[in-house]
Amino acid sequence: MSTPDGIQSGRVQKAPENFLDREGIRTVAAEGKSGRRNFIRQAFAAAAAGAAAPMALAQGNPVPTEGGDPNILNLPEHSTGLGQGVASNGGYGVPSKFESNVQRRQSPGLTQTTQASVSFAPLQSLFGIVTPSGLHFERHHQGWWDIDPSKHRFMINGMVKTPKVFTMDEIMRLPSVSRFHFIECGANTAVEWGNVAVPTVQYTHGMISCSEFTGVPLITLLEIAGADLKNGKFILAEGGDGSSMTRTIPMSLITSGEVLVAYGQNGEMLRPENGYPLRLVVPGVQGVSWVKYLRRIEVGDMPYAAKDEAVHYMDLMPDGQHRQYTNIQECKSVVTTPSGGQVLLDKGFYNITGLAWSGRGKIQKVDVSVDGGRNWRTARLETPVLSKALTRFNIDWVWDGKPAIIQSRATDDTGFVQPTYKHLRAARGTRSIYHNNAIQSWLVQENGEVKNVQVS
Amino acid sequence: MSKFRKVAFPFVLIVASFVALCAASVAHAQSTPYPGVGRLATAKEIAAWDIDVRPDFKGLLAGSGSVEKGQDIWEAKCAQCHGVFGESNEVFSPLVGGTTKEDIQTGHVANLRRSDFPGRTTMMKVATVSTLWDYINRAMPWTAPKSLKPDEVYAVTAYLLSLADVVPDNFVLSDKNIAEVQQRMPNRNGMSTQHNLWPGKEFKGTPKPDTANVACMKDCIPEAKVASMLPDYARNAHGNLADQNRLVGQQHGANTASPENKSTLATGATPVPVVVIKPAVKPVDPALALLGKHNCTACHGQDRKVVGPSFNDIAKKYPGKADYLSTKIKAGGSGVWGAIPMPPQSAPDGDIKTIANWLAAGAAK
Repeated sequence: MSTPDGIQSGRVQKAPENFLDREGIRTVAAEGKSGRRNFIRQAFAAAAAGAAAPMALAQGNPVPTEGGDPNILNLPEHSTGLGQGVASNGGYGVPSKFESNVQRRQSPGLTQTTQASVSFAPLQSLFGIVTPSGLHFERHHQGWWDIDPSKHRFMINGMVKTPKVFTMDEIMRLPSVSRFHFIECGANTAVEWGNVAVPTVQYTHGMISCSEFTGVPLITLLEIAGADLKNGKFILAEGGDGSSMTRTIPMSLITSGEVLVAYGQNGEMLRPENGYPLRLVVPGVQGVSWVKYLRRIEVGDMPYAAKDEAVHYMDLMPDGQHRQYTNIQECKSVVTTPSGGQVLLDKGFYNITGLAWSGRGKIQKVDVSVDGGRNWRTARLETPVLSKALTRFNIDWVWDGKPAIIQSRATDDTGFVQPTYKHLRAARGTRSIYHNNAIQSWLVQENGEVKNVQVS
Repeated sequence: MSKFRKVAFPFVLIVASFVALCAASVAHAQSTPYPGVGRLATAKEIAAWDIDVRPDFKGLLAGSGSVEKGQDIWEAKCAQCHGVFGESNEVFSPLVGGTTKEDIQTGHVANLRRSDFPGRTTMMKVATVSTLWDYINRAMPWTAPKSLKPDEVYAVTAYLLSLADVVPDNFVLSDKNIAEVQQRMPNRNGMSTQHNLWPGKEFKGTPKPDTANVACMKDCIPEAKVASMLPDYARNAHGNLADQNRLVGQQHGANTASPENKSTLATGATPVPVVVIKPAVKPVDPALALLGKHNCTACHGQDRKVVGPSFNDIAKKYPGKADYLSTKIKAGGSGVWGAIPMPPQSAPDGDIKTIANWLAAGAAK
């Protein structure tokens, strides 16, 4: 996208060839030692003399020949005029118009309908660990709804002393907790099981998001209903939409207190696309179990073999057997910048940044390779580092302009190390569809373009 | 005895008054630390929502439905998405196909072992007949879920099972015989819980992960070779990637609307232990990417009829007639190949022309 005036915003213009002469470079070096006073004037005086000599170093943001950047020299309208008032946009702020490239997107040809489909979060453009709610990935099985919260009801029945019904008012009266957790679709990165299929990290890894969820531990509600926590080894969670999604969850995970009946997401209510007004939060478990529009929990003594446990979300092994009830999202990471479909503007310094997560706990460390997995350096983990949440990592890199293959490899606090494609395919073949947590490779080409690749 | 009574009496009094106090507070608290939150669900309310059916058929409503009745419902309410025989992949993956009489004997679908078998239908995968009944009852038809009556759910389930030869054409499925049908499900023995991806110990899966990478730091592999990357024709298949990245930042989006600029940013490069080998990709007609991009393959197969005719059949019928084909793709129509109409296509003219040229030239894959 270009800016309204047609200029590529922020895109630095390349310096004219041989912009600094030998004299200018000497001046820069000398002034660099003695202090910066006057050196720019002398350097430009020398440059204006127009002598020919090779550039000492590529400079990403050179001073134009006229002696200054017009964006500095000519004061813009926003410096010289009156800006806009408070509470515009109907009282709910929206991103800058210059951010319109940052969208969730469908992968063309993946599904035939938009109601049983996926939109991917733009990981290549996100910072930190929180996914803005409007960019949270979507997966709907039968379309999304905006449900009147005053009419929404939540029921608990099955192996309980007293089957119960709750209103939203009642659920929101109970003691609440707020926790950061990632939610990843079991089919995230599915299209890459056999070979490279899509160009960018949005499409390879964009079925993951991380939010601060607020809600009531499910165990609190089960205790109110007098659930049989000993014999009721399983619960069934059921949605209130057309698909009425059902999933089986072990009681042992619920008694740990981790599973939440959530209504809050990043400080506000859940977005309708994410289950407003009530959804289940099942940390570490694939997204399909985080039942949206949650209407009912049934306590039972055997698993339910729901459609998405008996037809989909099962992993086909080479021997023709399906692994059923595969729920945990194992340790995984991905470099989000530089990543596929991006282009490096010049040689020099870059901050390699990415995300790591584990459905079994905290991220312990992330290593990064720029030579396709031959040598590795350990990246910095940014805080907070939370259990079953995204963790942001960063590492310095000076690109020399030569081909490079960038990878990241996460280790979680169980000691489990993220596998390569070779490991994963040796264990599960290539037809598994779900739970692809292999190390991702990005090829930085000499022309600066970054490509999605798999290495042998 | 009397001594005990003497001693016990005041004690009983104290206990009794304590119990009375407790009873008062319990009545007030309704035996929960959260008084006033939640109420008893009525039997009527539970019946309205508790619709799930487990593999042991707990929750299954009484009733019955014949294959014949199921076919009528199917053709009226199911076939437009799933095809008359559950074979369509126009909207969703096919439901039927890929199972054999031998599979019904063994309970293992043999085609699941074949990596060259093209698809995985619902009947190839599902192990439990309860799953079919439950899902049809709760979520079908897609645009009017929960509108089928129990007998209709039995009938539709029976028809689906008959298409896969699990039950004969004259079968009447009911709550009385569904357990016997379970014993004929083609993939009933096809499930395993021997893995460590279940977050509990209920299935007694394996305790260890199935991969065991190690965090090697130096000289870990001889050299990295690129084994797979997108072919050039797919460069813009996801739209212009320049428009899918922020305007500012350390990297921008690559302009994939234009061919790649192969010139390097670097000079005097010395080799690094990275060998870039293009995978052996035979030259592919750009039309093939467009078929996916414009969803042509939703209705047309390469060599078999899906909803519309196969590309091979079209190519055979209209050799060299690219202009005619362009017009037909744009305008749509029905009658040439059958009654199901093809809607007019809104793809860019250039793309339609590329596809028409490819068809007219023989539709080579």
